[in-house]
Amino acid sequence: MKVQRHEMPVQDPLARIRNFFEVALGYSAETAIEEAQRCLQCANPPCVKGCPVGIDIPAFVDLIRKADFEGSLAKIKETNTLPAICGRVCPQEEQCEIVCVMAKKYKPVAIGRLERFVADWERDRGLVSTPELAPPSAHKVAVVGSGPAGLACAAELARFGHKVTIFEALHKPGGVLVYGIPEFRLPKAIVTFEIQNLARMGVELRGNFVIGRTATVHELLNGYDYDAVFLGTGAGLPYFLGIPGENYIGVLSANEFLTRVNLMKAYDFPRSDTPVRTGRRVAVVGSGNVAMDCLRTAKRLGAEEVICVYRRTRNESPARREELEHAEEEAIDFRWLSAPLAIFGNEEGFVTGMRIQRMELGEPDASGRRRPVPIPGSEYEIAIDTAVIAIGQGPNPLATKSTPGLELNRHGNIVVDERTLMTSIPGVFAGGDIVTGAATVILAMGAGKQAALGIHDWLARLARGEVIKPQLA
Amino acid sequence: MFKVVSKEEIAPKFHRFVVEAPEIARKHRPGQFVMVLPSDDGERIPLTIAASDPGSGTVTLVVQEVGKTTMAMGLMTAGQEFFSVVGPLGTPTHIERFGTVVCVGGGAGIAPMLPIAGGLKNAGNTVLSILGGRTQELVILREEMAAVSDEIIHTTDDGSFGRKGLVTHALADLIAQRGNPDLVVAIGPAIMMKAVAEMTRKLAIPTLASLNSIMVDGTGMCGACRVEVDGKTKFVCVDGPEFDAHKVDFDLLIKRLRMYIPEEQVARERFMGAHECRATAGIARG
Repeated sequence: MKVQRHEMPVQDPLARIRNFFEVALGYSAETAIEEAQRCLQCANPPCVKGCPVGIDIPAFVDLIRKADFEGSLAKIKETNTLPAICGRVCPQEEQCEIVCVMAKKYKPVAIGRLERFVADWERDRGLVSTPELAPPSAHKVAVVGSGPAGLACAAELARFGHKVTIFEALHKPGGVLVYGIPEFRLPKAIVTFEIQNLARMGVELRGNFVIGRTATVHELLNGYDYDAVFLGTGAGLPYFLGIPGENYIGVLSANEFLTRVNLMKAYDFPRSDTPVRTGRRVAVVGSGNVAMDCLRTAKRLGAEEVICVYRRTRNESPARREELEHAEEEAIDFRWLSAPLAIFGNEEGFVTGMRIQRMELGEPDASGRRRPVPIPGSEYEIAIDTAVIAIGQGPNPLATKSTPGLELNRHGNIVVDERTLMTSIPGVFAGGDIVTGAATVILAMGAGKQAALGIHDWLARLARGEVIKPQLA
Repeated sequence: MFKVVSKEEIAPKFHRFVVEAPEIARKHRPGQFVMVLPSDDGERIPLTIAASDPGSGTVTLVVQEVGKTTMAMGLMTAGQEFFSVVGPLGTPTHIERFGTVVCVGGGAGIAPMLPIAGGLKNAGNTVLSILGGRTQELVILREEMAAVSDEIIHTTDDGSFGRKGLVTHALADLIAQRGNPDLVVAIGPAIMMKAVAEMTRKLAIPTLASLNSIMVDGTGMCGACRVEVDGKTKFVCVDGPEFDAHKVDFDLLIKRLRMYIPEEQVARERFMGAHECRATAGIARG
């Protein structure tokens, strides 16, 4: 048995900053089988407990070892309907791989890369394996939002035999997978393929439909006659810094910057109609995964200097290590311990610069991370043409505000029952970022799945007459 | 898909589309807008709803050709489809019985004014409308606006129709003759709304303006449309589009509207080039 973890080939940094193709190229079948042989097949596997959806990891890895890729994928799909996506964007290093027994002495088994390999293997061969569906029930469920939570919830409900309609506000389904995560990290063709699979399972998709505007949650339950509703509307409201100058032209939210490029294909302007402009120097404020996506997108759009402005250090950066490393390879200028104080502009209103305060780390704060404290007199200025604010997103209030009786916490997130994920309105469930605040794709998927169980149970009780649908006020 | 039921040119480079969108027609209230994406690789643009008919399940949009996207829409014909129409978006106009309301509409701003004036009229207000345009034929929807107005005044920059001058001149005269109205609603170019706001601020007349900032999603997700109202950042797409005109930083709005002028120029020239080539090729073949 080889003890060395197999590296995944990647596009050369100098080449990849000039294209939007995927950076990580995936394992070959040979490499996947060799990597699978590293798994110790623990009797009491810690990796399964580390996985938010509890995939039977030793079993699927063992099937790869035996070159039964189809069987391996089927094993994953028992618990995770979107392996090609999770294999790419899950933070495995904090979940399944961190607890891998191999990690104690060597490096952990590359569980994410193996998951990705079998999912890609299926898609590359044009194989389609839709799970077995239960006989049709008499129930209709509305799933609001087509991001990871909504897709997972819809898939699970379809398996239970319920008729599902997904309502999406944008013109393309996929939510953050489509408007947020760039092509070079998650090719859109993969998302399209997964959504086509859902359609094959009988899930109906209605784009261009904003819950809270086109129809309300109460109307879905009554006029539209759905028996239950799942709210997976995500964290779509961009936060700004609240510093002077934030409304200069050329200061964009990460959402706007990424939506223009990913959803609206602004990288292809003027062949596509939506423009985006970076200028020569771009500063991105923040250091999470979204900030990494913005930095690397700016680089690919041709910006010469791309600067990351973050008030803590690399150690506290919430981005995945892999994303940070990829960004570093792409010559992003990281300014750690740097807090933006103000943004400047010219007479015409265009952004021209940013004033930055140097920081140092002090005592730990509520998050357990050492709090950044300003170093007096250390302010300096940088010249920029574009600033992208990537400091997080909150819950979009369109659906929640238009739903009387829906209990929210002080951040505007929906309050749910921990087990069933039912909200304060009977028959209305919620999961993903709209409940937890901005988190990960896999947690949202896990919540979608958990809610599907809650909904399934509630529908059974509805059929038995134990509960009733809330009536339109 | 969203079928174009009818399309007519109501003035040079002004097109009236009646579009199949039953859910939107059912929910539309005055002051709301839709995001339209004419084709798959197109651009999402905000268009205020000029009328809606829940019975036939249609909404009416009035589009002025200003950039590539609206020029391409100008070439569309009845029976074709928009790739995406989303709405109704934005917060509806607050309509109640105010008393006398002056509706000031300039250019393309007359179209969104139509349902608002109608709503105000239905609520029992006396509606006095001032409609302005560069020249006679650009004062659009005159008959439709007359039907919902108690009185109507037209202005043109060149004096070809109604009184010569700007809508603000007519508004000043109207106020001088009749005293302060209870409310002014101004919809038109940002510079016009700014001028109206400055005039009515001095007279302490409550004034609403419907802002036309750049948008991408139209649902509060991107913040491209942000403006400053009373010193606070607001999103036009969800907090607006209507705001207290006396508190809007119109200079900032005007600057932000200029963000993509170079790109708009590129897209327009590219479109016109391609369109000319097609026309020439057609002639050569024909």
